[in-house]
Amino acid sequence: MTHFTKLLSASMLALTASMASAQTDITVAIQLEPPNLDPTGGAAQAIDSVLYSNVFEGLTRFMADGSVVAGLAKSWDISDDGLTYTFMLNEGVMFHDGTDMNADDVKFSLDRARADDSTNAQKGLFADIADVTVVDPLTVQVTLAQPNGSFLFNMAWGDAVIVAPESIETIASNPIGTGAFAFSDWVQGDRLELVRNDAYWGDAPALESATFRFISDPTAAFAAVMAEDVDAFVGFPAPENLPQFEADPRFQVLVGNTEGETILSMNNQMPPFDNVLVRQAVSLAIDRQAIIDGAMFGYGTPIGTHFAPHNPDYVDLIANSAHNPDRARELLAEAGFADGFTTTLKLPPPSYARRGGEIIAAQLREVGITAEITNLEWAQWLEEVFKAKDFGMSIVSHTEPMDLGIYANPSYYFQYDNIVFQAVMDKLNATTDPAMRSELMAAAQTIISEDYVNGYLFQLAVPTVAKAGLNGLWLDQPTAAVDLTGVSWSE
Amino acid sequence: MIRYAGKRLLSLVLSLIAASIVIFAVIEVIPGDPASFMLGVNARADTLEALRDQMGLNDPLHVRYFNWVTGMLTGDFGTSWTYKTPVVDLVNDRIWVSLPLAVYALILSTLIAFPAGIIAASRRGGPADMSIMGATQLGVAIPNFWFAMILVLIFAINLRWFSAGGFPGWDNPALAIKSLTLPAIALALPQAAILARVMRSSLLDTLGEDYIRTARAKGLTRRQALWRHAVRNALIPVLTIIGLQFSFLLAGGIIIEQVFFLPGLGRLIFQSISGRDLIVVESVVMLLVFVVIVVNFAVDIAYGAVDPRLRSKS
Repeated sequence: MTHFTKLLSASMLALTASMASAQTDITVAIQLEPPNLDPTGGAAQAIDSVLYSNVFEGLTRFMADGSVVAGLAKSWDISDDGLTYTFMLNEGVMFHDGTDMNADDVKFSLDRARADDSTNAQKGLFADIADVTVVDPLTVQVTLAQPNGSFLFNMAWGDAVIVAPESIETIASNPIGTGAFAFSDWVQGDRLELVRNDAYWGDAPALESATFRFISDPTAAFAAVMAEDVDAFVGFPAPENLPQFEADPRFQVLVGNTEGETILSMNNQMPPFDNVLVRQAVSLAIDRQAIIDGAMFGYGTPIGTHFAPHNPDYVDLIANSAHNPDRARELLAEAGFADGFTTTLKLPPPSYARRGGEIIAAQLREVGITAEITNLEWAQWLEEVFKAKDFGMSIVSHTEPMDLGIYANPSYYFQYDNIVFQAVMDKLNATTDPAMRSELMAAAQTIISEDYVNGYLFQLAVPTVAKAGLNGLWLDQPTAAVDLTGVSWSE
Repeated sequence: MIRYAGKRLLSLVLSLIAASIVIFAVIEVIPGDPASFMLGVNARADTLEALRDQMGLNDPLHVRYFNWVTGMLTGDFGTSWTYKTPVVDLVNDRIWVSLPLAVYALILSTLIAFPAGIIAASRRGGPADMSIMGATQLGVAIPNFWFAMILVLIFAINLRWFSAGGFPGWDNPALAIKSLTLPAIALALPQAAILARVMRSSLLDTLGEDYIRTARAKGLTRRQALWRHAVRNALIPVLTIIGLQFSFLLAGGIIIEQVFFLPGLGRLIFQSISGRDLIVVESVVMLLVFVVIVVNFAVDIAYGAVDPRLRSKS
């Protein structure tokens, strides 16, 4: 009998051990819940966080390091004039409802995104497309109105994923894609579940199922991770708690980069910010490291221009606006503001803005500038600052990848209008040669740095807290995504 | 009794009409364009216009108010702009978190408050009274969200008896009730403290009444007089407080729902306001107003049942 008991407990032990080694599910928390599940019909990043690469795929896709590789298109030819892209699609790709993904779906998706009544939040990505032609079921030809050096990059965005006409009506609540995971259930307000797509055309993922949970309160986030209710928290909202997780062997902390250039934006058309000396004075009055330490608990990389420092084409221009309050006061005097001036600082909700705003206001006070802080909700910010341009300064992280182009748009909210810069960007958009593009991007970065369009603060970091033993999560966030296709448990 | 109820009913209807106008007006004047919130900073003007059209935002205000009210009367609360789901479904999912939570908290608070209040009143000035009043003082002073965090720290992070938050759904009732336990305690204790104090002082008032002396003179013991005459008469102010508390618990769980990331009505309103999902905010707030007014109506009717004088007077 004792032998039997021993055997039983031994086999139980073996059973639990094998169960532990075979963990194939994951619970991931992110801060915000997607408002709906249509990545092609709204700007909410949370939609992409859950669905990008997991459920939906595009012709091309972003990898964890930000590079653009083949997605549903296995290869492509570009005509010599740069106007015609011929995409060869992968064979045997099926949507989760069992229908085939073919050239018709690609044409449908691209035409839908650029249609007159399209509600695609990034409609600009498709602006250069003149025509989409189905050559055969696995070949599709896209003709551009003008050469566009970023076209393959644009097609990797979550807003450019391939959807099917059969399932488009219900995409917001029942997304049908081609990805390695299929949508299974969404308990609104609480969780969203994905299951492995066994008919997936590519490499099968290690995970069999995944649950996303949505926790925005920093205290609740801390509690959920500590109580091990979640296996990973991507975009952990309380950086002050990270050292505690780092010291705890149960967890690993990954701090990666986002595409978010966090800037102190200035209203370039509104006096006194229409004077470059004033903008330079503001930039020199700012101590970036103090902001990173004070507002972000040390997480974040200083930037000297509007460009991601992990991008190979980044030019380090921090020296242009190194912290120098004495020089800032001189510049203000030179501009006719020896006694300083008073302006507004309108802050959206994220903590980088609210905490950073207090620090910046204190730093500006040192050189005689009084910044009156107003805290706004996002919807108010969009209305007052972004649309009505009724602001002196604001703090925002611009999270879209490769968004230098906003400086070429004089009606963009900070209203920078420089013909030289616009010419450089026009040339960049029409250039496909990599070496030439690098040169143009460097030139563009330098112009906006030396024009002190905005106060360039830091590249926003994205902290991920995960259980030890979880591998394959993205460190950086080249686009909003929690790509689970490469995630697995060790042991 | 019927005239009394009829009068109450008329005031209920008038309150609802007034509430609908105020809610619509207040929410429509909040700055922020829902369409531009949904499409973000890269949206083009034509895209915004297309979406505004789709959402019916280009209709004049009075048309939208009229559509909203007539829709509600026929049970159609509209479709959420961001969730693209009927508001009724959204509410239906979440009410099964908020309502049980409110009821759970109310039961807990009543179970704690009644005995505590009665013991304190019947042993006025004694050590039991002193300690109960001391505890309620503390209970009133502690904010419920802070108390919630302490509960999470002890029972979820250290002892691991409960999960730190979330709601698994009613498929497994035991698990569902378990996940509502910490939030319910956090909500209930401050309410229980208030209720116990009201119960005690109300009971002390009635214990000083002539009819209690008469009852004692008739030969009832202190305890008999307390239970037969004092408690029932002391209930009126207590019922008022319970009615108010229920409304508070249903709508005011918003912070607790945030701390425990529960998919309840409070969190829905919170998310909808920041997302400018106006139709959801309007309809859910209207629904809550409706519930509050109906609960107050029920409390008024309950007064009538407890106290015959109220019926005849009206």
